[in-house]
Amino acid sequence: MSKIKAENVNVYYGSKQALFDVSIDIAEKEVTALIGPSGCGKSTFLRCLNRMNDVIEICRVEGSIKMDNLELNSRKLDVVRLRENVGMVFQKPNPFPKTIYENVAYGPTIHGIAQSKEEMDQIVETSLKKAALWNEVKDRLDEIGTGLSGGQQQRLCIARAISVSPEVILMDEPCSALDPIATAQIEELIDDLKKEVTIVIVTHSMSQAARVSQKTGFFHLGKLIEFGSTDKIFKNPDNQQTQDYITGRFG
Amino acid sequence: MNSFKKNLLKKRYNAERRFQWYGKIAIGLALSFLAVFMFQIFSKGYSAFQKTWIVTEVHYDKELLLIDAESPSKDDLENADYYDVAYKAMTSLDPGLPEEEDRQLIQMVSYKYEAEVKDLLLKNPDYLGKIVSIKLTASDDVDQVHKGNYPRDIPEENRRVNDYQLQIYDMLNERGDILSEFNISFFTSPDSREAELAGIASSFMGTVFSILVCLAFSFPVAVLAAIYLEEFAPKNKFTDFIEVNINNLAAVPSIVFGLLGLGVLLAVFNLPRSTPLVGGITLSLMTLPTIIIAARASLKAVPPSIREAALAMGASNMQTTMHHTVPLSMPGTLSGTIIGLAQALGETAPLILIGMVAFVNTIPGTPVDPAASLPVQIYIWSESAERGFVEKVSACIMVLLAFLILMNLAAQIVRHKFEKKWS
Repeated sequence: MSKIKAENVNVYYGSKQALFDVSIDIAEKEVTALIGPSGCGKSTFLRCLNRMNDVIEICRVEGSIKMDNLELNSRKLDVVRLRENVGMVFQKPNPFPKTIYENVAYGPTIHGIAQSKEEMDQIVETSLKKAALWNEVKDRLDEIGTGLSGGQQQRLCIARAISVSPEVILMDEPCSALDPIATAQIEELIDDLKKEVTIVIVTHSMSQAARVSQKTGFFHLGKLIEFGSTDKIFKNPDNQQTQDYITGRFG
Repeated sequence: MNSFKKNLLKKRYNAERRFQWYGKIAIGLALSFLAVFMFQIFSKGYSAFQKTWIVTEVHYDKELLLIDAESPSKDDLENADYYDVAYKAMTSLDPGLPEEEDRQLIQMVSYKYEAEVKDLLLKNPDYLGKIVSIKLTASDDVDQVHKGNYPRDIPEENRRVNDYQLQIYDMLNERGDILSEFNISFFTSPDSREAELAGIASSFMGTVFSILVCLAFSFPVAVLAAIYLEEFAPKNKFTDFIEVNINNLAAVPSIVFGLLGLGVLLAVFNLPRSTPLVGGITLSLMTLPTIIIAARASLKAVPPSIREAALAMGASNMQTTMHHTVPLSMPGTLSGTIIGLAQALGETAPLILIGMVAFVNTIPGTPVDPAASLPVQIYIWSESAERGFVEKVSACIMVLLAFLILMNLAAQIVRHKFEKKWS
């Protein structure tokens, strides 16, 4: 079942066009990987899905992006509500310079999800457990989040993202700053999370895309070259460019 | 290694060594300037913290006081005539002196000696009718002689203390009747025309009130302006124009702000002249751009990843700013505020224009009472001819410096606390 349906999305940074007619169907409760060389527009597309491009003043998005029949690319859309439903994990771990507890509790607090302190404690615990971080931090929830190791910080960011029970989580190269062990933990986590949420992940690592995703989209120079099941893309792509990229001949 | 390479290497090491020496010499020079400056001020000013008293005996004679009542009440003591009693207390130092020369003795104590005689009796009503010893504030001339600041070897006609007075001084000094004590009244008295009575209480309170008013006006305005410009305002020609103007405002000579205060605050709004309220508002015009620039710089320094993290969690712009960006920028903003206030603390010119240079011999209790400020007090005293004011100028500078150091210390502590919490 399709969760997000993008049709003919064009993105411009000032006069420079960054995305050309991208149309894509993102399936519910699956992991969709977006791959491609640097500057191909995959992160730009990802940021359309939670309207983070709004932050960039010169950025202009055209086309239609629908999530459950809700038009995302509309002036009337309440981005605060959207971002409550579409969480995001960034390339560089960016926990708030606050305590671990406050980091996870921030989303539920501003969205008024928890009614009481007990409920909030519960949300924090569940989120940290889902992010496979609970056992490591349960005794030091009042320590500063930025004091954790890189991999722990990124899992804290994931815990923060899932604390508001979003329907979709966007991940922008979440493992690029992490060592292989931390990467493996995050990948395991993604596998667990997809039971409940739809995940879109941008990655530079093709092996990661192959390991974690069910669908893969290959971007090149702002165009979606090929999109299909991960198996097909990696074993038998239709397009020669895709073939060249995944076999390492360019990119 | 060939000799060319060896030479080159040697040259490089020598160049580095020379460079380090230049740095050391520069630091040495700066430190020695500071040391000379400090030495100058301390050597001149420390004596102002000592007060000279002349000890004599006073006879609280009921007849001379014109008290009739058998057991006089507080009011009777309050309304008694102390002129003769005080006069006698001084003239008794040399009973052989002809009456027409008495002034010479009276001149050795401050003109407030009668009040001091009265105060002692009011504090100790049982002294009535008794002969007790009393400390009277020495005149600034005697004070300076006692501190060794006044040359005794110049011809008598050029000296403010004549030979007879020096003789009396020496006699008293030998008897141990000249006392030197810590000068509390320097801190508790307002300004006076008499150097021995002048204190910094009025200018100190004036400075405190001015700084508080300045802080109350400039900090909220500056921080809000900075937040709006940095986080919310669209980037266009108009905001660029505002930014350029704020930067220019920081470079405007302070006397111009004084004129503005005079022309607008006093002339148009009719705020009370010579008051810390007007002074503080005028100074806040000066500190405003400093704080805005510092606050914007520290808002800019907050990593964008934090903003993105908050926005991606569904925080509104306002929440992102108030929950994350502003608290993270606070240490920088606070230190900018302190720098701005420190500038304002030492500012004299604008205050002179709005009339805070007036002679104020009362201690202001509120920001709308007339007051001077410490730097203006330094200016006023440095204009005074009496020798006694020389040491007061240095002492006042010391107090101003101490004030500055305390403020910086407080800022450091606050800053430290914030930083601990946020990183």
